[in-house]
Amino acid sequence: MSKLNIQEGSPLQAHLPAGHVSEKWDNYKAGIKVVNPANKRKYTVLVIGTGLAGASAAASLAEMGYNVKAFCISDSPRRAHSIAAQGGINAAKNYQNDGDSIWRLFYDTVKGGDFRARESNVYRLAQVSVSIIDQCVAQGVPFAREYGGMLSNRSFGGAQVSRTFYAAGQTGQQLLLGAYGAMMRQVDAGKVQLFTYREMLDLVVVDGVAQGVVMRNLKTGELESYAGDAVLLCTGGYGNVYFLSTNAMNSNATAAWRCHKRGAYFANPCFTQIHPTCIPVSGDYQSKLTLMSESLRNDGRVWVPKKAGDKRPPEQIPEDERDYYLERRYPSFGNLVPRDVASRNAKAVCDEGRGVGESGLAVYLDFAESIQRLGLKTVEDRYNNLFEMYERITGENPYKVPMRIYPAVHYTMGGLWVDYNLMTTIPGLFALGEANFSDHGANRLGASALMQGLADGYFVVPYTIGDYLAGKAPVKAEAAKGEAFTQVRGEIQGQIDKLLSIKGTRTVMELYRELGLKMWDYVGMSRTEEGLKKVLQEIPKLREEFWNNVRIPGDADGWNKNLEFASRVADFLELGELMALDALYREESCGGHFREEYQTEEGEAQRNDEAYSYAAAWEYTGNFAQPVLHKEPLEFENVKPSQRSYK
Amino acid sequence: MSDNMRMKLKIWRQKGPNSPGAFRDYELDNVSSHMSFLEMLDVLNEKLIKEGKEDPVEYDYDCREGICGTCGVVVDGVAHGPVRRTATCQLHMRTFRDGDTITIEPWRSEAFPVIKDLVVDRSAFDRIIQAGGYVGVNTGCAQDANSIPIGKEEADKSFFAAACIGCGACVAACPNASASLFVAAKISQYAHLPQGKPEATRRALRMIEQMDAEGFGNCSNHAECEAVCPKGISIDNIAVMRREYLKAALKTGSATI
Ligand SMILES: Cc1cc2nc3c(=O)[nH]c(=O)nc-3n(C[C@H](O)[C@H](O)[C@H](O)COP(=O)(O)OP(=O)(O)OC[C@H]3O[C@@H](n4cnc5c(N)ncnc54)[C@H](O)[C@@H]3O)c2cc1C
Repeated sequence: MSKLNIQEGSPLQAHLPAGHVSEKWDNYKAGIKVVNPANKRKYTVLVIGTGLAGASAAASLAEMGYNVKAFCISDSPRRAHSIAAQGGINAAKNYQNDGDSIWRLFYDTVKGGDFRARESNVYRLAQVSVSIIDQCVAQGVPFAREYGGMLSNRSFGGAQVSRTFYAAGQTGQQLLLGAYGAMMRQVDAGKVQLFTYREMLDLVVVDGVAQGVVMRNLKTGELESYAGDAVLLCTGGYGNVYFLSTNAMNSNATAAWRCHKRGAYFANPCFTQIHPTCIPVSGDYQSKLTLMSESLRNDGRVWVPKKAGDKRPPEQIPEDERDYYLERRYPSFGNLVPRDVASRNAKAVCDEGRGVGESGLAVYLDFAESIQRLGLKTVEDRYNNLFEMYERITGENPYKVPMRIYPAVHYTMGGLWVDYNLMTTIPGLFALGEANFSDHGANRLGASALMQGLADGYFVVPYTIGDYLAGKAPVKAEAAKGEAFTQVRGEIQGQIDKLLSIKGTRTVMELYRELGLKMWDYVGMSRTEEGLKKVLQEIPKLREEFWNNVRIPGDADGWNKNLEFASRVADFLELGELMALDALYREESCGGHFREEYQTEEGEAQRNDEAYSYAAAWEYTGNFAQPVLHKEPLEFENVKPSQRSYK
Repeated sequence: MSDNMRMKLKIWRQKGPNSPGAFRDYELDNVSSHMSFLEMLDVLNEKLIKEGKEDPVEYDYDCREGICGTCGVVVDGVAHGPVRRTATCQLHMRTFRDGDTITIEPWRSEAFPVIKDLVVDRSAFDRIIQAGGYVGVNTGCAQDANSIPIGKEEADKSFFAAACIGCGACVAACPNASASLFVAAKISQYAHLPQGKPEATRRALRMIEQMDAEGFGNCSNHAECEAVCPKGISIDNIAVMRREYLKAALKTGSATI
């Protein structure tokens, strides 16, 4: 058992409905309270974030008759990070007649998550996946199609069926524009009020219940208060703690983290996903990493030279001196093993000195064989935009030279803890999409984040919110003028004034990069007790350095990107510590959380179900080093936990 | 290609929407050809912050993979710079040579007021979409997705139009500051799909009316928009939009062409 001295609080109750996993959602819907149409317009829902989760929730709730106020950081809701998703969205349609089913999608997701997800949520996700595709097609989302007019599918990692729907390499864009359109239609109808250029800096809790938010208007610098009957946090993941990641530059943890500090428990913060196929780092000035979609592994073959230190260009390495290591080690899944497995294997071959490219931190993803088998035209049809993007960034043509790829931080499975209703531990505060922890366990399968974001927003929260609101006395907009709001605004103003007054010598980006590197080195692809203990010493020091020596130019009276980033980095410096602590406390390997001390003889993740079959939800106590741990025990009644095998 | 280029930069500086703006000159050393254009500006800003003499340059960005449409500046007179089908964030310094002078300014259009330096407000685009850039279908009432077969060719045309990222380069490049390509892309996406038909008339009339109300100019077929579009949206879509508008106008007899 752990040597860490962690205080444990009461276990968490997820409010799961009764019945067999396949009946729970129907039973739940049959039993919930609903708000009658005439009463819906008395309630105001604040939707924070307009990515897939937020835009779909805002549209659906407004259609039902609720008043919605929707907020986003950018100049338009259409810019949300979801726009960048490339490869596709899963759904158990079984259009390919290849044996897919709700059950199989459920099974794959629970297994893919390495048995650290909540079965009943995952089953519901698989159930509603089917309606998502119907909804999106009805909205005019131009998915890829066959000549006969039917929808086309591709395969993604961790599955042996083709259930991924896509729109070239721009699936996220098309899905988001669909949800954004649906939301804008409600803006036109007067049911959604849209607030762009707004960053949520705090949650206002009154009598233990979420009652509103404080926003900073990024254009004018003013702090604004908004009151509502429920707050839906749809603010995405926290992958940017690592500085370099595939996330958009403005993705951040601030909204979720500040809710955490107001009482929402943060679950499984150490479950982060490293994506195996990204364009490798090229220099210190680098600001982000670019993903090459997992869909490329449908047709690209991953390899490195058999010999360590072989620096010949790829075309000079003969076939029998290449190691197609994924095909060799995992014959039944081959290049389509789940992400955590693919990433770790890439790291392992590079650690053996077999990495390619200048830095030796890359492996090849080779399309030569596919181009020969399928013809250039087919490969172009499938991936051209990705190939072009690769060429723009690296200056190399992947039709001729194999791509060089390396793993990068991509997604965060952890997030605010939510119950079956997607409600956090603060009544009235819900978390949707990547911001919650609910469905992916310790590893997310490709094409399942888009599915989850839209499931939460279109088909889950519209039901579960009714159960919360029914019978509740509606909050008036004027409540935002109340004492509680004034006080929170004062605290935020204090923080902003403090940041600007430090006038130190180091830029926000310098300090941020330093944190990011530490996180990557010690809380990244593989973790050790020693490394985690070390970083737990270092983060608080860096935090102190930040608060004493950061230099933020300009003022708070208007647009100031450095100030925006500074307040986000301040939160990363706190969340990073919790991530390391969670990683240290979980003395097992599972999914994306790989502790070197816990591996099988073959180097695969070794879970410890007896001790760690739970979601770890952390409560903030005012002292970052001493959070209280609440466990939600996980029960697997349907998919029996086993050592994952993709052999 | 070089790894320590020296660049001369002429950058538009403007404190706020109502302040006058002007170009200022900067010099930057050690620019690597592998850097993206925005990373080059990041490096300049780090230098400005350290020197502490003036505020860093403000420019907007998010995904840095050419898909969110947030970034966008005029580089040497061309929206998004000299490389075709490339958003500013994907422009790389290997396009430039040691010693080059680069002029950088914001999108210029009445409908896109400057917020600060190179950042402009494009909320006019949201209001155009609000006027009809969607299919009016409530959540939960859709039929099975494969019950509406759509031929691959039409589906592809719809997709190519839908690929617009709403960056506004088309407006910046147009001598009339017209938003026609942006509006046409959305109208055309739905014109190619059966789902878009029921609202076609209303959509065309309302979106075009809103475009005019926002103060965008008229299209007079310069095709500069297509040339700078990072997604290569074709001006054929503008022909589709005109057709849709004509049909709508004839049907309702209300609009003027
Ligand atoms: C490059 C890339 C490719 C991907 N490809 C796929 C794929 O093919 N398939 C798949 O399933 N998944 C994919 N993913 C993952 C997936 O895109 C995301 O997990 C998902 O889109 C997250 O959606 P979201 O709605 O939860 O959050 P986001 O889309 O991140 O939206 C967050 C929203 O919150 C707002 N916001 C954030 N903080 C604040 C604040 N403090 N105040 C106010 N507003 C705030 C933002 O402005 C934004 O509107 C990919 C991810 C990346 C990075």
